[in-house]
Order: sequence, then C-alpha cells, then structure tokens
Amino acid sequence: MKYKGRIWKFGDNIDTDAIIPARYLSTSDPEILAAHCMEDADPGFAKKIRKGDIIVAGENFGCGSSREHAPIAIKAAGISCVIAGSFARIFYRNAFNMGLPIFESGDLQALVSDGQRVEVDSDEGTIRVVNSTADPVRIQPVPPFMQELIRAGGLMKYISKKET
Amino acid sequence: MPMTITEKILALHSGRDSVSPGDFIEAKVDLALAHDVTGPIAIKMFYDTGVRNVFDRRKIVLVADHFVPNKDISAAQQVKRLREFAREQNLDYYFEGGEAGICHVILPEKGLVAPGQVIIGADSHTCTYGALGAFSTGVGSTDLAAVMATGEIWLKVPPTIQVNYTGARGPWVCGKDLILKTIGILGLDGAHYCALEYTGDAVKGLPMYQRFSMANMAIEAGAKNGIIEADETALNWLAGRSTSEPLILRSDPDARHEKRLTIDVDELEPQIAFPPSPADVRPLSGVDKITLDQVFIGSCTNGQIEDLSDAAAILKGKKTARGVRLIVIPGSPWIYRKAIEEGIIRIFLDAGAVIGPPCCGPCLGGHMGILAEGERAVSTTNRNFIGRMGHPKSEVYLANPYVAAASAVLGRIAGPEEL
Repeated sequence: MKYKGRIWKFGDNIDTDAIIPARYLSTSDPEILAAHCMEDADPGFAKKIRKGDIIVAGENFGCGSSREHAPIAIKAAGISCVIAGSFARIFYRNAFNMGLPIFESGDLQALVSDGQRVEVDSDEGTIRVVNSTADPVRIQPVPPFMQELIRAGGLMKYISKKET
Repeated sequence: MPMTITEKILALHSGRDSVSPGDFIEAKVDLALAHDVTGPIAIKMFYDTGVRNVFDRRKIVLVADHFVPNKDISAAQQVKRLREFAREQNLDYYFEGGEAGICHVILPEKGLVAPGQVIIGADSHTCTYGALGAFSTGVGSTDLAAVMATGEIWLKVPPTIQVNYTGARGPWVCGKDLILKTIGILGLDGAHYCALEYTGDAVKGLPMYQRFSMANMAIEAGAKNGIIEADETALNWLAGRSTSEPLILRSDPDARHEKRLTIDVDELEPQIAFPPSPADVRPLSGVDKITLDQVFIGSCTNGQIEDLSDAAAILKGKKTARGVRLIVIPGSPWIYRKAIEEGIIRIFLDAGAVIGPPCCGPCLGGHMGILAEGERAVSTTNRNFIGRMGHPKSEVYLANPYVAAASAVLGRIAGPEEL
C-alpha cells in the first residue's frame, strides 16, 4: 500500500487524552469523535486537515488509556496513516484492530517539517519526502504475527477464520 | 528454564512448558472486563463478526463505572447497551447502580481475581490486579471482543523489569510515592512493552491497598503489566473474598530480567507528579507554593477504604481552605458503607467535602468535578495529561491521600507535617 499526504508533526508522548479527550467519550460515533481529533494537542486540528494527511510523531504515541476511540477518531478524521518513533502498547494493538495504518520510524521526525508531503510505501518499507532527493527512510518491519493478522483482514476476521 | 512470574503465568495459560520474551502466544483468559465507555464498542465488534455467544458467561464482567450515574443521554445509551448485552448473554457479573463501583476496586473486592490468573480488560488500568500476583493487562475494545468470543488473547511475552524497593518508608510515604518515583525514573515509556515486577522488603511491607496503587500505575511507565508475588498479605486479603484456588508463582532466582532497578525508600519523600506528565515527579519538599482550587480523593489508584481513612486521619477536626473544593469518592458501595460506619464520611463532611457516589468521577474529566480554565487540582488519581480533568488549560498534580488531604486544608500543595 502507498500513502501520500501532507504531514502534521507532533512531539513525544502524545497521549490518548490529547488524541480524543474523555469529555467526548459518551459516544463512539466516528464522525463526532473525528471532529475533536487531537483537540487538546492542536486545537482546530480536525478542521485544518485534508483527507489523506499524515501524522508524524515522536516516541510513545498513544500512551495512556485503552480507548479505541483514539484510532477511530484519527481514522475518521481522514488521516491516512500515523508514523511515530514508537507507539504505546495498547494504541498499537488498537490501530491494527481498527484498520488505521501505523508505521514505526525513529528517523523521520528530524528530517521533515510541518506541511511537507511524504509518501509511504508499506510493501517496500520506505518513506520518501516528496520532491526530495534524499534517501528514503526505512520503516521498522511489522512482526510476522501482525502481518498474519493484517492478511486475515483484522483481528475479528482472524479469529472467526480460526473458529471455523 | 528459569522464568519470571509473568512468564510462568503466560506459559501455564498457553499450554507451554516455558515462554521467552518476544514469543507470540495465545493465552487462555480467566476473566474479561469491560465498562460503559469501552464495552459498547466491544459489543458491536463482537456481534459484527457473527458470533452469537460469549465463550463463558461466568468469566465476563461488565461494570458501569465511568459516566455513572448517567451524566447525559449518550452516556445513558452506552450503559443501556452494556445492560442489554449482559441480559442477552446471561452474564453472571454485571454491575450497575448500587452494586457498582470502580471496576478495578470491585473486581478484587468481590473475589473475582486470584493469584496466577490471566485477566484482560478493556481499560488501561486493568494492570491493577497484578498486585495480587495475577497477570492482568489492558486492551482496546476489539481485542476484548475477541476475548469474549474465544476466551483467548494473543500476546507478545514481555521482558521483565524488576524494581527492588529497599529500606523503610517514612510516615507519610505510600505505595503511590514508590510508583510515582519509579515512573519518574523510568519515564512515560521506560517500561514500554515490559512487565514491571515489584519486589524487595519495602514492597513486602506494604499493605494490600497500597500495592494496588503500585500495580495500577504500571501503565503510566508504558508497562504491559505490573506484578507483585502473592504473599501472606495478599492471601490474608483474599481470605473471605475469593473462593478461587490461588496459584502462587514466584520468579526463579536466576530468571532473566531485562533490567534491574533498586530504589531505596529510606529517604523517599511524598512525591508529586507535575502536569502534564505522570513522569514529571518531584519530591514534596521541592514544590514551591502552588495554590489550589480543587482536591480529589478517590479513583482506582487511591479509592480503597484505607486510602480514605488515611486522608480522614489528616482531615479530622479540620476544614478545607477557603476556595478549595474537596471531592471524595469511595471506590465501591462496600467502601462507602464502611466509611460511614467508621465515621470517615463524617470527618470528610465536617471538613467541607463533597462525597460522590462510587464511580470514576472527575479522574478522567467525565463528570462530578470538572476543572475550569486556569484551575489547579491535587488529585490521588493516575494521570495528569493536558485536559485530563477538564479544561485544557487546567492543571492536575498527582499525590498520595495524605498529601491530598493536607493540601485541601492548606489550600496549596503541602504535606501533613505542615499542619
């Protein structure tokens, strides 16, 4: 898969309260959650972004609560994928389960700035900055078990296949 | 092969003789948990895949605790869905209203948790049960849906970081301070994907309620689980509560630990986590004058009966400072009743506190004590991220119940010795 979009940069330890504050958790409606995506990290974020845009963050993205509302909000807001130095454990699982593409790269942060466009090639395992001659950045490979989950079409499809 | 306690539990639950960090396993789950925020999504995912019945109606617990008593229509709808599902599936354990409290308080209290179990909950603070020597961890709603359907979960076996606490605690120092100090040292992702194993004399000397605080906040260092080997203290606590046969496991002396850390608590002071990070931890004596608008005592971190009596011991005969709102929320109906019987609630009321019904309350900015712009709170909870308890420009300082109580009286962050 390829994902191409304008990037929005965030720092380390972007927590799930920043991604979708608990004051909006009395619903799981993706549209409502999307409207408040990243609200406490960057007010007005949901209005500023365009479909296909990419979040680039530092270490430990999605730390804190287990709320699946976080990847739901990001995906429904139109973000095509999230690239971070690392992801908090629960967010990592949730993103795969929700079908939000996420990629680990510790090198990209320092190379790009807000508004630049990047192209992610998940098959090749590379990220290129659009209109740049610099070498592509490598994505951390996805563990084989996770690839199996993705191939099955997500966790629920994986288990229903196993059950039958 | 020598193993840690976490590895032993996971090996036993995946039908293997041994496991190593990094192994992907499918583990049998003894107990699955969801609440009113994460449950409705899990239920939808569960039915969406065409599954009809849960794997075992005796092993799923649903608790309405986050936005209850229902704060608005959409919260009410979420609880309604939880209730309907419990009926549809004829679940043994659905707690709502006067039976419900904070899930991580009532599960152990009702004897549903036992040493050696694997417990999976759609809540990040599910790691709390590690205090009783169980492997417990938080997941999202979809993972929980898969557990409800199959009774199993895929896990990557975590490497273990062992933290050895030595020395003797000072008078106002709690398990909360030990874990805050640990998170301060490790950072928000210092235990990323790891098991945090708490050991040493200072932990062995901790009463059960303070061990719960420690396991509860393992997630704040990015850990998968926090765990303390079940000992006499744990077994005594379980006696009369749990009927399950405890499976007492210990780390082998030569087990592989990714990292070993020693924290001497002799000189440890009460710790304060500054906003907006549970890892920005400073000793109380290093805190300048920080005036307060609100103090909250409660939550899955510090909502046990002894937490309340610790706070009440400080508040007895005193009043909260002018302009400070003190909110106290007992963790469960049993704790609430006990706090009334022991005269603790009267002390809080005399001090000017507001007592809330057992629920998560303002901890996550849901309801019952939301902060306005620019307001500051001391809270016995577990997170102080931006906007956690209300307005994005409000501030939350994390502390133990003694400090919270003293701060309420003095109107600024302070310890009991200043009273």
